[in-house]
Amino acid sequence: MINSWVLILISVAYWILLFVVGYLAEKHAVKGKGLSNNPYIYSLSLAVYCTAWTFFGSVGKVRTGGFDFLAVYLGPTLFMPIGWLVLRKIIRICKAQRITTIADFISSRYGKNVSLASVVTVFIFLGIIPYISLQLKAISESFDILTQTGVTVEPLHNKGIALLQDTAFMMAVGMALFAVLFGTRRIETTERHEGMVAAIAFESIVKLLAFFAVGLFVCYYVFNGMDDIFTQALDVEALRNLFVVPQEHGYANWFWISFLSAMAVFFLPRQFQVAVVENVDEKHLSKAAWLFPLYLLLINIFVLPIAFGGQLLFPSSGADSDYFVLDIPLLYNQNALALLVFIGGYAAATGMIIVESIALSTMFSNHLVIPLLLANKTLSEKFRDNLSNIIIQSRRLGIVFILTAAYFYYHLLSSSYSLVSIGLISFVSVAQLMPAMIGGIFWKKGNKLGALSGLVAGFCIWFYTLVLPSLSGSWLPLESFIHHGPFGIEWLKPNALFGLQGFSPIVHSMLWSLLVNMGLYVGLSLFTKQSVADANQAELFVDVTKYASVMESASIWKGTANIPDIRSLLANFLGSDRTNQALNSFAQRNQLVLDENKADPKLVYYAERVLSGIIGSASARIMVASTVKEEEVKIDELLDILKESQQMMRLNKELKRKTDELEKARFDLMEVNQQLLEQDALKDDFLTTVTHELRTPITSIRAFSEILHDNEDIDNESRQQYLQIIIKETERISRLITQVLDLEKYDSGKQKLQAEWVSLQTLIQQVLQSVEQLLRDRNIEVQLHIDASVPNVWVDEDKMQQVLVNLLSNAIKYTENELIIRLYVKNTSTSEAYWTIEVEDNGVGIEKEYEELVFEKFYQAKDQNIRKPKGSGLGLAISRRIVELHEGTLTLAPKEGKGARFCLCVPLENKSELPTN
Amino acid sequence: MNKAKKILLADDEPNILLSLDFLMRKNGFEVFIARNGTEAMEIIRKEKLDAAVLDIMMPDIDGYQICSFIKSKSTYSHCKVLFLSAKSKESDIEKGFEAGADAYMTKPFSTRSLLLKVQELLA
Repeated sequence: MINSWVLILISVAYWILLFVVGYLAEKHAVKGKGLSNNPYIYSLSLAVYCTAWTFFGSVGKVRTGGFDFLAVYLGPTLFMPIGWLVLRKIIRICKAQRITTIADFISSRYGKNVSLASVVTVFIFLGIIPYISLQLKAISESFDILTQTGVTVEPLHNKGIALLQDTAFMMAVGMALFAVLFGTRRIETTERHEGMVAAIAFESIVKLLAFFAVGLFVCYYVFNGMDDIFTQALDVEALRNLFVVPQEHGYANWFWISFLSAMAVFFLPRQFQVAVVENVDEKHLSKAAWLFPLYLLLINIFVLPIAFGGQLLFPSSGADSDYFVLDIPLLYNQNALALLVFIGGYAAATGMIIVESIALSTMFSNHLVIPLLLANKTLSEKFRDNLSNIIIQSRRLGIVFILTAAYFYYHLLSSSYSLVSIGLISFVSVAQLMPAMIGGIFWKKGNKLGALSGLVAGFCIWFYTLVLPSLSGSWLPLESFIHHGPFGIEWLKPNALFGLQGFSPIVHSMLWSLLVNMGLYVGLSLFTKQSVADANQAELFVDVTKYASVMESASIWKGTANIPDIRSLLANFLGSDRTNQALNSFAQRNQLVLDENKADPKLVYYAERVLSGIIGSASARIMVASTVKEEEVKIDELLDILKESQQMMRLNKELKRKTDELEKARFDLMEVNQQLLEQDALKDDFLTTVTHELRTPITSIRAFSEILHDNEDIDNESRQQYLQIIIKETERISRLITQVLDLEKYDSGKQKLQAEWVSLQTLIQQVLQSVEQLLRDRNIEVQLHIDASVPNVWVDEDKMQQVLVNLLSNAIKYTENELIIRLYVKNTSTSEAYWTIEVEDNGVGIEKEYEELVFEKFYQAKDQNIRKPKGSGLGLAISRRIVELHEGTLTLAPKEGKGARFCLCVPLENKSELPTN
Repeated sequence: MNKAKKILLADDEPNILLSLDFLMRKNGFEVFIARNGTEAMEIIRKEKLDAAVLDIMMPDIDGYQICSFIKSKSTYSHCKVLFLSAKSKESDIEKGFEAGADAYMTKPFSTRSLLLKVQELLA
């Protein structure tokens, strides 16, 4: 037995220690890097999951459920490695939207709806109260056990309410004080509670160490190791059965309890507080994903040995197996160890109560008190200048209220409920948040009506199937109601709704409540319309990664606001210094001018978010709306915005078309430029060729002139020959120059024709006469096929003669021994009638690939190393230009056998086109 | 007296060949005439030439190819090669030296300079 004063002193000392830890951590945090900016501290703070329920209750659960207790830890363990991704998304959303509680999260997701936040808050309150009362029960009972005799006695709580003697009451008061001092010093809840987190992490270590100590004590002091305990337990019939999972529904219960716990580890308000709100760096999550399950494993290692050991030690007494951890050390008179265990359990309970009450009191002030205040005009006028004080006071009030309610619930509950079953009642209530939460971050269509209906229905079923039966007692006789249903209607029995039997009450309740909850959420979301605000938030939540960076500017908002109004609104909560600081830095970030009277929508949105961190998003919405003359964004306005963007798209298309046109023009220009460059290159080639053609005769002339000059003794014959060469080469040069100039005239269009009526028959005869000598020299036979009926034609006689001479002399140069000349008219008496002269030889002919090239000036220009023109290389080019001036064509015609056939065609009806002088 | 130096004159312009032939004979060379690349190659293979004056533009095998051939075979490479061409662009001249030419002169040429150059190459 331990003196109760000693115990109280130790409790107070422990409180002081906690304060010191918290205070040091906060001081550290102010100086620079916070202690809580550490994945280990973060993981340890998550272990606030393990409460007095774990510390005392797990052992107790073994007596009735064997391995059942493990399911509560298996769920989080299995879920954590995958669930941290979900958690990360929630953290990102909360950071972007400055969300501080789970109720805020849900209301914010579904269009910042006030009623939704209030409903969630009320339900969570109701849901969590049994859980807190569980902690009070555990502490007060452990206190009583230590201060009584060594062996367990009946708990004292039925003695009637003598408050000052009631340990539970004293504990509740102490806790309230502690929570008030720790949690409600600052109003901006997005700011982290560094001290609290450090204290919670510290408590997690304390409870683990205490549990380990008693575990080792039982295993190695009382018994001879774990083997010994299990071997002995197997000899006892009652204990042997605990090793087996019950046949019917045993596994199903296991599965559902695991599932339930996985939900709880996410959605319990205190878990949300430490895992999301207090999270400094989302990277810590990946470490916590294995550290937290490891913690759960460690704290559960000794549960079975202690439970079996306890039952072996206290086989028949009605000892409350929840408190074996205390009973065993006391049985062996190990008071120090018992004290340590007491502190461990105390740590487990206080940790939970502190965090839970901070989270709940924030919800209380933000989602119940402030909306009520804002809704009532006289009240809000009255407290307008004192809002921050109101918030703090209401939070304190909230803490007191919660603990009072928990205290009364504790008293209402008979001792028939074990710690674990009370805790699970809370779990089922919290699980109701799952559809709205998970749906909210992954499903854009989920809407407010669905969420609200699902939640209300789920909570009602929970209350009906779990809470109501638990309240049954002497003051509220519900026996017949529970066993036979209301008014004797069997299928409405709370523990067998619609005849569903065989599951434990917890699983039964969870299945029904969640089924109805999800059904309503999904069904109503699918079949009812989402409001604009709802859709907007859905977009921001589900695609949080997309919007996180643009959150400051992303707002569909219309209205006017004055900066002084916004300023004074914020100053009510932050004080004027911090308000100025916040506004200035925001203005600087976004390049806004604060001197103007009109506030930028971005600024209004920012103010709303700052307020959200203090009073929750829904209340912040209302506060800002009261200062701002706001027009609701209607669907058609949204459509206008859409239309505008469509117009933008049309404009873009237009622009694209223009760009394409420009691109095409650019391409055309490039092509022209390319042609010019090619022409330039041609001109270059032409010049090179001309100079080369000039060089060759000049070379001969120079060489022979020098020879003649230097060799006076040269014989006469040679001298004559050399002089002859010089003269010939000079002529060659003159001819070349004339032709080049001619060609230039044709190319530039300066050359004009002097047309007259000419007889082609006569013209051909004249040309033949002029080359007669050449024909005779080479012994060439000429065949003439002249159509005498060909009329006189309108041509420039000299030019046409030049063409014919050129064609004939080429033919003479290349033919072997034959020359054919034809003259005829084709398509007589039609408008397309034309006359033709053909000149054909039987020489080497012209290869196909050169057919066109021969008409180019110096056609051999390509591959100049090898080919050299015979003659100037300009004759055919000039001839073709002359024929073209007569609107005719000069081409190479296909020819059977060897040789070439040039074909000259000119329309008969060309006279009107020809210039006459 | 030394034995007369053997010189190849290759050009497809008869008048130029005529003048070169006169010039070289007059100055004591044993002259071989080629009107195109093919003839030039035959002479190169047959005669142990001391020098070759090559035109570049010839109807079958161009002067660059002939020069490269001469300079790539140790049997012929002692033969001095002088290009005599109407091609006067910098790039053409470079190409000539790349082919291994010992000298490059452009047309129209001075008979005296040409003679001096040939004598200098053979000195």
